[in-house]
Amino acid sequence: MPVKTVFETKISHVSILDENGKFDAKLGKGVIPDKDAVALYEHMLTCRHLDEVAFKLQRSGRMGTYPENRGQEATSLGAAYALDKKDWLVPCYRENAGLFWRGLPIEMILLHWMGDERGNQIDNELCVMPLAIPIGTQMLHATGLAWAAKYRKEKQIACTFFGDGATSEGDFHEAANFAANLDIPVIFFCQNNGWAISVPSKIQCSAPTVAQRGLAYGMDCVQVDGNDIFAVVKVTRDAAKLAREKKRPTFIEAVTYRLGDHTTADDARRYRDEKEVESWKKKDPMLRLEKYLREKKLWDDKKHEAAMAKAKETVIAAVKRAEEIADPKNADFFNSMYAELPADLKRQRDTMCTHSLGLDPSQLEGTERQAVNSQH
Amino acid sequence: MANLTLVQAINLALIQEMEADDRVMLLGEDVGPNGGVFRVTDGLHARFGGDRVVDTPLAESGIIGTAIGLAMNGLRPIPEIQFEGFLGPAYDQLTTHAARMRTRTRGAFTVPMVVRVPIGGGIHAPELHSDSPEAIYAHHPGLKVVMPASPYDAKGLLISAIRDPDPVMYFEPKRIYRAFREEVPEDEYTIPIGEARVVSEGDELTIVTWGAPVVQCMKAIENSEKSIELIDLRTIYPVDIDTIEESVKKTGRCVIVHEAPKTCGFGAEIATSIMERCFLHLEAPVQRVTGFDTVMPYYKLELEYLPETERISRAIEEVVAY
Repeated sequence: MPVKTVFETKISHVSILDENGKFDAKLGKGVIPDKDAVALYEHMLTCRHLDEVAFKLQRSGRMGTYPENRGQEATSLGAAYALDKKDWLVPCYRENAGLFWRGLPIEMILLHWMGDERGNQIDNELCVMPLAIPIGTQMLHATGLAWAAKYRKEKQIACTFFGDGATSEGDFHEAANFAANLDIPVIFFCQNNGWAISVPSKIQCSAPTVAQRGLAYGMDCVQVDGNDIFAVVKVTRDAAKLAREKKRPTFIEAVTYRLGDHTTADDARRYRDEKEVESWKKKDPMLRLEKYLREKKLWDDKKHEAAMAKAKETVIAAVKRAEEIADPKNADFFNSMYAELPADLKRQRDTMCTHSLGLDPSQLEGTERQAVNSQH
Repeated sequence: MANLTLVQAINLALIQEMEADDRVMLLGEDVGPNGGVFRVTDGLHARFGGDRVVDTPLAESGIIGTAIGLAMNGLRPIPEIQFEGFLGPAYDQLTTHAARMRTRTRGAFTVPMVVRVPIGGGIHAPELHSDSPEAIYAHHPGLKVVMPASPYDAKGLLISAIRDPDPVMYFEPKRIYRAFREEVPEDEYTIPIGEARVVSEGDELTIVTWGAPVVQCMKAIENSEKSIELIDLRTIYPVDIDTIEESVKKTGRCVIVHEAPKTCGFGAEIATSIMERCFLHLEAPVQRVTGFDTVMPYYKLELEYLPETERISRAIEEVVAY
């Protein structure tokens, strides 16, 4: 037989709690205990409320550009819930829910978007990487982080988040290739939210699924309903097990939708059909989870009211902390450039408010000298 | 003490640092059993095993991007980019992440890694194997850039770079990989990053250079009757401007020599600093002997492009006679 099939495959789509609130009892058994399901829903309420508040902060000039997470809460939250506390979360910038679940203080994200690097000054113990603004580059860092853990023979793995657009970037392909060929325990978690700013996902990937991109690298891949937190938890847990035990990467395509604009600087009405948005609103991850909880008598109006009050309190407190942090000193952007500042950089710092940029500050006199002294 | 080439000195430094610190590991293309295309990592795979000397897929951004992750999670990776001409794909990771990570996280995350890269022309290599992009990386705050010009300095600078808490671009001038030998101590020693070396003292003219042209400059000085001070920068960033200032204030004349193109070459930065610091001491305009603002030619014409001894000698005569 001159022509034979040398490789065949199929891509699974995993769904447990569908958009109508129908729950697959067999597949969903034990995935999320009731108590945790309630906690996860309450967490989503807080994150959704933060989006509303952040939008207003931006519009009223109290914060810079901000990317709403609305509609995508179940993806990173489900993943963070499924992983161990010591596994690395390596985000792009639409993973608030997962990062806060891990313990990243909300004000850190606010500070980041308020133009303050202290929002990235994350306690290493949280195993959360700072937001990555260029698209797709962080997947290589995740691969390196997981590689270091494997090098030390530790159980730690890494999970990196990115959008459908990021799978067009070379760094995605390089990271996938490194991870698969060098047996690195990393999870590639794609949030396929349909849009990369104004460009629809079909321009990023013309294959029937984004998930199958992982196939080319010889790694397991799966598509999951990204608005179904049960399914997200299940596939992430499976991927984590494979990573921890076999040091193999997995590609997860979570199908979700960006209900908001790309950022507060964007107006999605310019490029996408309102009907499409409306159809996805019905698939909102929070609607179906609420329905599920109410049907199981785990949720009612009274609980909702109490949870919303708590969410508002949490967000107000975080905004307060972010806004009340002392202003950075005007020379702060010098001080972390290197472990030890080079002499010339010290001179630039010490004379930045004088007319003698770069010169020896000890030679300055009078008001110039005062300008040097006032900035520390 | 052993009489070593620059390649052997780097190899020795790698062995000693890997023995001293098991966080140190190597990754790159062909660095494993093959020992690197220039044999810089010769024998290391056999000695330390495949977990610590890793042949990666052929992808420069991947090598640097994963090295950043390795460094942020506690290791001391030494990625190799096989030739400077292939740094392009890694440029993004180096400048948008490695260089910025410490300051954008206000010190919470750091990237202690050494990026080893053979650099420069003069070895009759194919296209994109002979360029000199050091100034590009010196222009990116957050990186350190070093380039040894002798076996002794190569070992001491590499050990400093490996122990440095920040990312270091370690450029290896391939033209002098095996050009000469030098006594190199067996024991470990460091040469501080940011300190230039006064190769020879003089009081009529200062030559500032780095990398392979140090050899061409030494020949030009031998051929000249003038008293010439030769400074080998060793570190491009942070540059040791104090040593240059001291020398130029003494000599009043300066020639800067580098292989890279003239426009925005690091010589421009040095010339400006000399003007800022030594203006009233200058007896002649600072002159640059550099590569031209052209694409580096294929090797038939490479010696026309590179700052060879004859061009340096002409500059010396002109500046002294000014």
